[in-house]
Amino acid sequence: MDASLLLQLAFGGIVSGSIYALVALGFNVVFKSTDAINFTQGEWVMAGGMLAAWIHQQFAWPLVMLVPLAVGCIALLGLVSERLSIYPLSRPTPMAITLVTIGIAITTKALVMLTLGKQPMSLPSFSGAESIAIGGASLQPQALWIVGLLLATMLGVHLFFERTLLGKAMKAAAADRDAAALVGINVARTVMWCFVIAAGTGALAGIIITPMTLTSFAAGTVLGFKGFSAAMLGGLGSLRGALAGGLLLGLLESFAAAFISSKYKDAVAFVVLLLLLFFRPSGLLGRAQIQKI
Amino acid sequence: MHAQISATTYRALGILWVLLAALPWIAPNNYWLNLGTLWLTNLLLIASLNLLMGYSGQISLAHGAFYGIGAYVSGVLGAKYGVSPWIGLPVALVATGVVAFAVGWPTLRLRGHYLAMATLGFNAIASVLFVELRDWTGGPNGLVNIPPYTLFGVKLDSDRSFYFLALIAVGIALVLLLNLLDSRTGRALRALSTAEVGAQCMGVDVHRYKILVFVVSAMFAALAGCLYAHHNAFVSPESFDFMVSTMLVVMVALGGTGHWWGAFLGALIYTVLPEVLRSFGDLELLIFGVSLILVLLFFPRGMGGALDLLCAKIAGLRSRGPGAKPPSADARGAGADS
Repeated sequence: MDASLLLQLAFGGIVSGSIYALVALGFNVVFKSTDAINFTQGEWVMAGGMLAAWIHQQFAWPLVMLVPLAVGCIALLGLVSERLSIYPLSRPTPMAITLVTIGIAITTKALVMLTLGKQPMSLPSFSGAESIAIGGASLQPQALWIVGLLLATMLGVHLFFERTLLGKAMKAAAADRDAAALVGINVARTVMWCFVIAAGTGALAGIIITPMTLTSFAAGTVLGFKGFSAAMLGGLGSLRGALAGGLLLGLLESFAAAFISSKYKDAVAFVVLLLLLFFRPSGLLGRAQIQKI
Repeated sequence: MHAQISATTYRALGILWVLLAALPWIAPNNYWLNLGTLWLTNLLLIASLNLLMGYSGQISLAHGAFYGIGAYVSGVLGAKYGVSPWIGLPVALVATGVVAFAVGWPTLRLRGHYLAMATLGFNAIASVLFVELRDWTGGPNGLVNIPPYTLFGVKLDSDRSFYFLALIAVGIALVLLLNLLDSRTGRALRALSTAEVGAQCMGVDVHRYKILVFVVSAMFAALAGCLYAHHNAFVSPESFDFMVSTMLVVMVALGGTGHWWGAFLGALIYTVLPEVLRSFGDLELLIFGVSLILVLLFFPRGMGGALDLLCAKIAGLRSRGPGAKPPSADARGAGADS
């Protein structure tokens, strides 16, 4: 087993792990504010990729215009979905919200299928397809974009929650709805913004992975599933957990495929997940929940 | 479901079963009979998941996997080793029960989303195994040549004979379920579904009962799997994947979480909806998604809850009819600890 192969596997794991992390980020933002599992996350990832690819195909706009436009559209879709179906819930329990997001997921998938078609679509790489050789392993330039944009997004979201008034209000509402409402925070609106962030970051993940993998209307379920697993690995509700969980899941899959069996690579990741749940239920970086009675 | 298990429930179930027994003579053709069989299997799946969701307030995203383990264990024993399906059945039930116990034991100690997460991971593992244990399961193409049930040398493979077999099997299972709810165990379950901490203080071993419910519900799913495998003579992995488990959870909610008759309605929707939507072609998915959202918005207690309200209205009842019962387990959700 030589070093270049290990490096190659690590590159592969980090790239897919970055995507998982970005999807997990959306899960965690919504989980933090509603305690619900957002089944729509994967569909937003898919919708982002599909929309960007469609705009590219129809208008051939440059990426600097196309990417923000597609992210903005899907973020808007997240906002509209929340206002139309989560906000009117008479009893917004985590269970009810979770179930409604299954409905939104199916609707989103259907809308993409009906408007953008059933064909797989692709995007050109952001900066050429020429591989870069590092230490005997090759790396596509798109991989650097993926890792870079992941880190930039993580930093941006972190700063948003720490430095802006809206971000702080959202943190407060997530920590204690009633107390936040008492000091004048519109809690329902913070939930709406969480959906906007989740949809926007999800769409970005979908766009940056499309040049490497293609995308189609059916791709959302698997991406959502992987993202949710990453969120669980890292600890639900934690931003750094999303990053750690995503990268861990990506690396696990990559190395398990090489050293154990490519057939069982998905199972390996989930066995690790179960073991983690059994022995450290709050996730790698999550904090244990303390139950007050 | 709470406090409603009475002689009336048994009687209503009996009447329903007598009516259902007449279906083969009423149904214009075997298509309707097969829908009836499908409904019975789905009912078993949804009623058992409803038991778990209604009483422990937890979501299991592995009901499809338990259904699949039942189907594959009994199916593989029959197809590859020539074991009688009547022997395969108890083997499949015990195997599923043991697996469910192993998944439930560590996770049901914890409150919150842990069961949902563990079962989701478990379903993913089971799906991989159904595909990759090729020598037994036949891989992605599925397992073929599963023998039918036989009785006194007669093969129960006609649509009509299997319908009766399913009717009897599901009927027995539902009576067992009712008995369970009507017993000391049922009272403990009812206590823990309304006030978990309170029940604990009164000496109810909450962890033990939650595991019991989880294991029992998984074994009922396995029974449904056995019936499915030996009726269909063929099983393939996608019948038991994560999406199936998710849809089962959705159907429990649509029927009404914790509502005894809700499961019957949920099973009806799950069985009939694909048949109805098929004529809409590509619009199928959109109609399903939108109607799911609408039902959840306008009938938060599902069709069962809506039915209660309707009954209460029709009877012009006292203000505390069955529709006005206090918010039950469905209000508590999976994140009851938040």
